[in-house]
Amino acid sequence: MGQIQLHQVSKSFGATEVIPPLDLTIEDGEFVVFVGPSGCGKSTLLRLIAGLEDVSAGQVLIDGLDATKVAPAKRRLAMVFQSYALYPHMSVRKNIAFPLRMAKLDKADQEERIAKAAAVLNLTDYLDRRPGQLSGGQRQRVAIGRAIVREPAAFLFDEPLSNLDAALRVGMRLEISELHKRLKTTMIYVTHDQVEAMTMADKIVVLNSGMIEQVGSPLELYLRPRNTFVAGFIGSPMMNLIDGPEAEKLGAATIGVRPEHIDISKTEGIWTGTVGVSEHLGSDTFFHVLTDAAPEPLTVRAAGEMALDYGARVHLTPRPAQVHRFDANGLRIE
Amino acid sequence: MARAVTSRRKIINTVVAWGIGFLIFFPILWIVILSFKAEGDAIRTPIEVLTAPWTFENYSIVQARSNYSMHFFNSVVISFGSTILGLIIAVPAAWSMAFVPSRRTKDILMWMLSTKMLPAVGVLYPIYLMFIQLGLLDTRTGLMIVLMLINLPIIIWMLFTYFKEIPVDILEAARMDGASLREEILYVLTPMAIPGMASTVLLNVILAWNEAFWTLNLTAANAAPLTAFIASYSSPEGLFYAKLSAASVMAIAPILILGWFSQKQLVRGLTFGAVK
Repeated sequence: MGQIQLHQVSKSFGATEVIPPLDLTIEDGEFVVFVGPSGCGKSTLLRLIAGLEDVSAGQVLIDGLDATKVAPAKRRLAMVFQSYALYPHMSVRKNIAFPLRMAKLDKADQEERIAKAAAVLNLTDYLDRRPGQLSGGQRQRVAIGRAIVREPAAFLFDEPLSNLDAALRVGMRLEISELHKRLKTTMIYVTHDQVEAMTMADKIVVLNSGMIEQVGSPLELYLRPRNTFVAGFIGSPMMNLIDGPEAEKLGAATIGVRPEHIDISKTEGIWTGTVGVSEHLGSDTFFHVLTDAAPEPLTVRAAGEMALDYGARVHLTPRPAQVHRFDANGLRIE
Repeated sequence: MARAVTSRRKIINTVVAWGIGFLIFFPILWIVILSFKAEGDAIRTPIEVLTAPWTFENYSIVQARSNYSMHFFNSVVISFGSTILGLIIAVPAAWSMAFVPSRRTKDILMWMLSTKMLPAVGVLYPIYLMFIQLGLLDTRTGLMIVLMLINLPIIIWMLFTYFKEIPVDILEAARMDGASLREEILYVLTPMAIPGMASTVLLNVILAWNEAFWTLNLTAANAAPLTAFIASYSSPEGLFYAKLSAASVMAIAPILILGWFSQKQLVRGLTFGAVK
């Protein structure tokens, strides 16, 4: 079991309130991702759940029991740190065994669990090495191994992939998702990378300045962002947000339209503009087009390869059903 | 890119460096040479000293006249004792300042360092009186306490720097893994801090071993360490260069040997954290 509830939890450092009171429920077995720009309080929130920081007010409930005053060691949570935080003076085997040793499990049981975890994470050949002799990806696996042997109520991941290179990151992302499908244990995952959030989460919590902007499944956030912050944060490349007359025509203060929901044509369209930089990815082509609709260039995605010269005249048409409207406070208009 | 250095420059630099090194080392070398010369030869001109016959007589005379082993024992007890006493206080102090700092931590560290800026002789009189009152004069316990207090700021500072180098993440990981505070210190912090602790111990043993001001002023016969043993061969009994040299060699040899065998550890400890 691993249901986690936050009741009016807040955190202040001195006079600065980093997390105003918030409520959040994470159901047992869910993969929840906290996402937001750096400094939005997502790591602090995770540390409050872990017990590494004390809450200033409010309650943390784990499986319905008040854990607010419970020491981190006793919360039955396992954490994977961004820096891996392996014990440098211990072999991989001892690193993975450490939580079991602390739990005073008998030797045979320890060995069995270590062997199982090592097999799952492809670490069997490295058990006698020191962390210093491992690559970044292997270290991360050891950190995960150390977390899974305990069979905790929930896993907490604090930006676990940000120290890895891009290729490895994609691989580890899949491994962690795979692990979740297999273990079905609650996972809370903190990242600033919205692609990680979109690809891994059952539920995304978008945070900004310590406040929850929106909670929902990746598709809900993509299709119906609650406000302009979420609209701009979720989706890659970023949604085009347009203020002024073009928005007023649709009865909104701001309209938002994603790059993939704008059609580009050489002959006709609603907005006219000139092509700036184009980015060719092979699978897609992104054009940055300066139009009369907005002072900033709009990003447009064309599927597949498409060649347009720098400075070429083009016409853009947003797909009406996929235009998001926001009021003067930045909130979504249905 | 490596800086280009001409070979002529290299030679000049090397000669100058060796020259300076020799200049610094020379007094110690001269003491060693004098200790193997007869008392009469020791006060002659350098050339005559070098050509004079070699002898071991100074060592046997010094050994016969004073109780070297007692002074040696006192030095060992005082230097190691004060260091251990210091560690008992410094480890928790450095721990709390490194891992649970308060707003005043920096000020406290600076204040402790500032005590080293006071000339020792400034507090000699009050400490001497306190020692008389407490019956600590000429006792090993008294010297251990004073030397511990003298070196405590350095011990705390060194340990503080080493503890600071240990990533908090790792200690937090131990906490998440179910370790109690005791287990966290025992199984995670201490093994990681051992190189730093070792060099702290070494440096402080050396400092305490060589300390002369307090050891000379607060001892007479019973608790006198090797520094007092050297001093006993200077002016009051006339200048016996050769015997004074022999006594000095006997006093500095143990610590020199200790330093020689642990130099790798010392350098590693002292430059710990200097790179990355």
